[in-house]
Amino acid sequence: MSGVLVLMEQRGGAWNRMSFEALAAGQQLAAKLGLECSAAVAGDGVDALVKELAGKKLTKVFVIQHTLLKNYTPDGYVAALEQLVKKAAPAYVLLPHTYQVRDFAPALATRFRQVLISDVVAIHDGPVFVRQLLQGKLNADYKQAGAGPCFVSIQAGTFRAEDVEVGTAPVEDFAPQIDAVQIRSKPGEPFREAAQTVDLSAAPVIVSVGRGIGEQENIALVQELASALGAELAASRPICDNGWLPMERQVGSSGQTVSPKLYLAVGISGAIQHLVGMKGSKTVVAINKDENAPIFEVADYGIVGDLFEVVPELTKAVRAAKGQ
Amino acid sequence: MKILVAVKQVPERDAPISVAADGKWIDESSLSYTINEPDAYALEEALQLKEKNGGEVVVMCAGPERVTSTLREALAKGADRAIHIETNDLGQRDMLGIAQVLADAAKAESPDLILTGLQSDDLGLGQTGVVMAELLGIPHATIIMQVEVTDGGVKVKRELEDGWFQHVEMPLPALLTIQSGGNKLRYATLMGIKKAKTKETKTVQAAAVGAAPTITLERVYLPEKQKQTEMLTGTPAEMAAKLVEKLKSEVRVI
Ligand SMILES: Cc1cc2nc3c(=O)[nH]c(=O)nc-3n(C[C@H](O)[C@H](O)[C@H](O)COP(=O)(O)OP(=O)(O)OC[C@H]3O[C@@H](n4cnc5c(N)ncnc54)[C@H](O)[C@@H]3O)c2cc1C
Ligand SMILES: Nc1ncnc2c1ncn2[C@@H]1O[C@H](COP(=O)(O)O)[C@@H](O)[C@H]1O
Repeated sequence: MSGVLVLMEQRGGAWNRMSFEALAAGQQLAAKLGLECSAAVAGDGVDALVKELAGKKLTKVFVIQHTLLKNYTPDGYVAALEQLVKKAAPAYVLLPHTYQVRDFAPALATRFRQVLISDVVAIHDGPVFVRQLLQGKLNADYKQAGAGPCFVSIQAGTFRAEDVEVGTAPVEDFAPQIDAVQIRSKPGEPFREAAQTVDLSAAPVIVSVGRGIGEQENIALVQELASALGAELAASRPICDNGWLPMERQVGSSGQTVSPKLYLAVGISGAIQHLVGMKGSKTVVAINKDENAPIFEVADYGIVGDLFEVVPELTKAVRAAKGQ
Repeated sequence: MKILVAVKQVPERDAPISVAADGKWIDESSLSYTINEPDAYALEEALQLKEKNGGEVVVMCAGPERVTSTLREALAKGADRAIHIETNDLGQRDMLGIAQVLADAAKAESPDLILTGLQSDDLGLGQTGVVMAELLGIPHATIIMQVEVTDGGVKVKRELEDGWFQHVEMPLPALLTIQSGGNKLRYATLMGIKKAKTKETKTVQAAAVGAAPTITLERVYLPEKQKQTEMLTGTPAEMAAKLVEKLKSEVRVI
């Protein structure tokens, strides 16, 4: 058993860009351990993607083509990838931590009696894999204990796609044995809910509210601050889950991705699924009563305090500065 | 239809967290606990499915004695029965070990549908449900917002990234991992709390720790900062004034 194998993700012939972050992770891990790095892409009609992948510094590019892999199903992917991992026998299997990977990779690892080390935010010498606990409040170091391929999924933004090294890689076709009866679920086409009327991605200033607000009526407090600043109002997921604000105002992995000049987070803890949606902001300000809240790890300016005391003062000060 | 819901007990969100003396887990001595948030939505989905289609809702939780409070709360909300899988050594089992314990208990019940949360707030693995399905040999789908019972199966609404969704159909028995926000959560009524006292909670012992764990947690610690954060201090009014100054001169949005 040797080498690093990176499982790339595509849908309908287009990459999930996080695949290249996982590829960068794979190349760097392989270089550190003195191992070879290969990559694989599964699907149907992925020739253009294979060509792109063959231009990277890899020992081999595996192409898993099968008509039953045209649309993603966990059963199809687990069956095909189990066969590939058996054949390639890598020491490490790296994947991007996408929704699709969440759906099949734990089952794939189970086929090898292994546990996927999921949502990894750093890889240190050892190798030691770092992942977050308690929604980012703590980090934890994990190590593989037994033998067998070590499955690792990489969190968004941990490695940079630009760091993928170029080269030329030989392409090898891999034909898995899959039978239609093995595929028990029937996937439908992706769809969006009713058209979005709020485009947060264009807003230069965003004030975003989280669960720290406590109750629906209190949102008015943050709305006033947003109005004073001429900002759009956004929210973390629990606020939209509760129906306190419409889902189209949700920022994060399952909501909108924003990159304003100013993102002011009020009573938001800073879970990774929220951070991926706003990390690109030019300036981040956080107001939170917990000095250890993970949001402060990405904030330029921080205020530790009770939002119910700070926000009204801030609204007043902004109005005064603007001569309102 | 018999629905089994796996609920996990996790530290309360606002609980102050400190690292335990051995550096391998958190100090549990002063923690208070609650139901894992997505699991509350899984329970709600199960209760609504029962209201529409009839049947039975059974909740199960693996953990020490303290987890029975979470099971009681689920009974008060309307679950029919509870199973406490008693174990004091969850920390010594890796995720595969925990999923095996849950799958063993599920097998004994042979439910039509198993619901789990998509992810636990403490370990955040996002895997236990998928691995249970694999161990039980039943189909699964993850990050589910809605469940509809069809002829011979279920049709579910699965969340994809960036506000996209997808429907997936599959036969029963099946396992679904439930995302938050699909339904409005109910509160336990006084009546429900009273009734819960008459409902059955079965205690089963988890099988002894089997295979050695395939991965080990070596150390937990506070994360390093990625950015230099300038902390503004003072009274609320002073902090507000300092921030407005920054917004004017540095960020230039005023
Ligand atoms: C697959 C998946 C997708 C997800 N997608 C998203 C997404 O798109 N967007 C998203 O936001 N989340 C998403 N989540 C959820 C995410 O993991 C977190 O649960 C969520 O972001 C937490 O929201 P929050 O910070 O508002 O709440 P909490 O984590 O509960 O934080 C509340 C914060 O408020 C602070 N606070 C409380 N009271 C006060 C006060 N009086 N004054 C000041 N501060 C106070 C607390 O210290 C705490 O830090 C997703 C999760 C999963 C698993
Ligand atoms: N000890 C447990 N008892 C009952 N259910 C659990 C337990 N651990 C995990 N689960 C279930 O598995 C889901 C995912 O957990 P995790 O894989 O740890 O993120 C949770 O939301 C629960 O539904």
